Amino acid sequence: MSDQTAVPASDDTDTTDVLLAKRGPARWFVVAIPYLWLLIFFLAPFLIVFKLSLSEIAVAIPPYVPTFDLTDGALEMWGKIKQLSFENYIWLTSDALYIRSYVSSLIVAVVSTCLILLVGYPVAYGMTRAPKAWRPTLVMLVILPFWTSFLIRVYAWIGILKKEGLLNQFLMNVGVISDPLTILNTNIAVYIGMVYSYLPFMILPLYASLEKMDESLLEAAADLGSPPGRAFWQITFPLSIPGVVAGSFLCFIPIVGEFVIPDLLGGSETLMIGKTLWVEFFSNRDWPVASAVAIILLLVLVIPIVLFQNSLAKQGEAD
Amino acid sequence: MRKGLSPFNVVSITVGFLFLYLPILLLVIYSFNESRLVTVWAGFSTKWYGALLENQGLMDAAWVTIKVALISASASTVLGTLAALTLVRYGRFPGRTLFSGMVYAPLVMPDVILGLSLLLMFVAINLDRGFWTIIIAHITFGMCYVAVVVQSRLLSFDRDLEEAALDLGCPPFKVFFQITLPIILPSVIAGWMLAFTLSLDDLVIASFATGPGATTLPMKIYSQVRLGVTPEINAVCTILIALVTIGVIATSLITKRQEVSRQRAAQMAEQ
Repeated sequence: MSDQTAVPASDDTDTTDVLLAKRGPARWFVVAIPYLWLLIFFLAPFLIVFKLSLSEIAVAIPPYVPTFDLTDGALEMWGKIKQLSFENYIWLTSDALYIRSYVSSLIVAVVSTCLILLVGYPVAYGMTRAPKAWRPTLVMLVILPFWTSFLIRVYAWIGILKKEGLLNQFLMNVGVISDPLTILNTNIAVYIGMVYSYLPFMILPLYASLEKMDESLLEAAADLGSPPGRAFWQITFPLSIPGVVAGSFLCFIPIVGEFVIPDLLGGSETLMIGKTLWVEFFSNRDWPVASAVAIILLLVLVIPIVLFQNSLAKQGEAD
Repeated sequence: MRKGLSPFNVVSITVGFLFLYLPILLLVIYSFNESRLVTVWAGFSTKWYGALLENQGLMDAAWVTIKVALISASASTVLGTLAALTLVRYGRFPGRTLFSGMVYAPLVMPDVILGLSLLLMFVAINLDRGFWTIIIAHITFGMCYVAVVVQSRLLSFDRDLEEAALDLGCPPFKVFFQITLPIILPSVIAGWMLAFTLSLDDLVIASFATGPGATTLPMKIYSQVRLGVTPEINAVCTILIALVTIGVIATSLITKRQEVSRQRAAQMAEQ
């Protein structure tokens, strides 16, 4: 596939051409290095996952057959290709665990994304109302937790949510409850973790689209007698839709494959596909089934990912 | 029309930021707790920080993590900047769609898939897994983040300066290092910072890509967190939070200062 990058360079040495920087063989070095890297370490691994998902588990190292070897003859190769099967995929559809994992991952992702939108919108909206001088600081304060380790932020909630944790202590001291609540290792804890971890991903695109809004539109609406609430739903919200869409994609896609949050905050009732894949791979050591799980996860996500990339590309052109 | 903050705005900002910061704040406070029970306050103490220095396993993991992050962030920055130049400057070339797809995909791809696919690749080509395979994995996603950050700067780039230098006979290679790079430098630094912290934080991809012998700090923290909350972990986390916070604030101050001095220079040039 690298032939696409190896277009021969022209020997054009017209010094008055301002696009000179684009000529010469060096030009294609710039393209070829990152291109080759991504082909080798991003695309090729996917093809391997795909191939492996059609293989069978074996007690060997690596634990699957058939293994392809470049020293194999063509005949052997064909024999091995014939060994490939869709067994793993049939297995996935026959075992309710996997289907339930996929469905519950999607449900968790949809519900979490809605919750994040509900929490994030008022914050982003409030930020755009704040005095101009504060805004960069507020944006910085939203970004800062994003730089802090995901693992640490999830870990922080364990100390808060567990039975003898800070939340229960606080609620019991205040007298709201007399017995500690069980929150950790339930789906509620998973939702809290998701909202907490992905909130900056929603606030930032929302803020960006709300900040660009033309204030005079709201002034015009007010002059024409529109009450603020109605102006919000008829003007502000529709104009912030691109931010809502971008933020929702940025939250939804990674949440579907999330592993750390369901593993640390969730309990046995929490079924999520990222966790299932992890267990299949590290505990059951069934690499072919883990690969098939990954391929289907990818298929589930391909539509939102493509939609998201299109919206990114459109924004790139608009800029 | 309402200008300024309404009470509702003030409440939502306050609650939102409390929600974002309270858990981290509590974690930091309880790292100074005298008691081994993380949730019972028993007085101020820094003993858990001292205990960290004794914990050889943790120190080793920290050292591995820092080395991985430094090497992979630097390589990511070079590759990511090249990728950004490709996306912005090369117009349409054959395979461009595939390329931009490969740059954007890792940004949204679940970690478990990236990690699994890289591991299977390392096994298939018989590469010994460990320190260097973690670095390869981290470069692969780090470069994509750098590419996006640098790309946004390149898009708003005034190309007259480059063209002037080329007109005056400056070779393209020199133009890049003397004009293009200094102008996009803040975004390159920001990209490096991003790649560095992503590498520092990564648990899932490193767990897949590593082999026996190379354990990173997040992997160490993860295995201990599963056993329960301990003040030592709070102390490690506090140190990491402090480092990242200082780094981010320093970078933003540096880039801000550069921005200001550039604007000043531009004003002087106009006068």
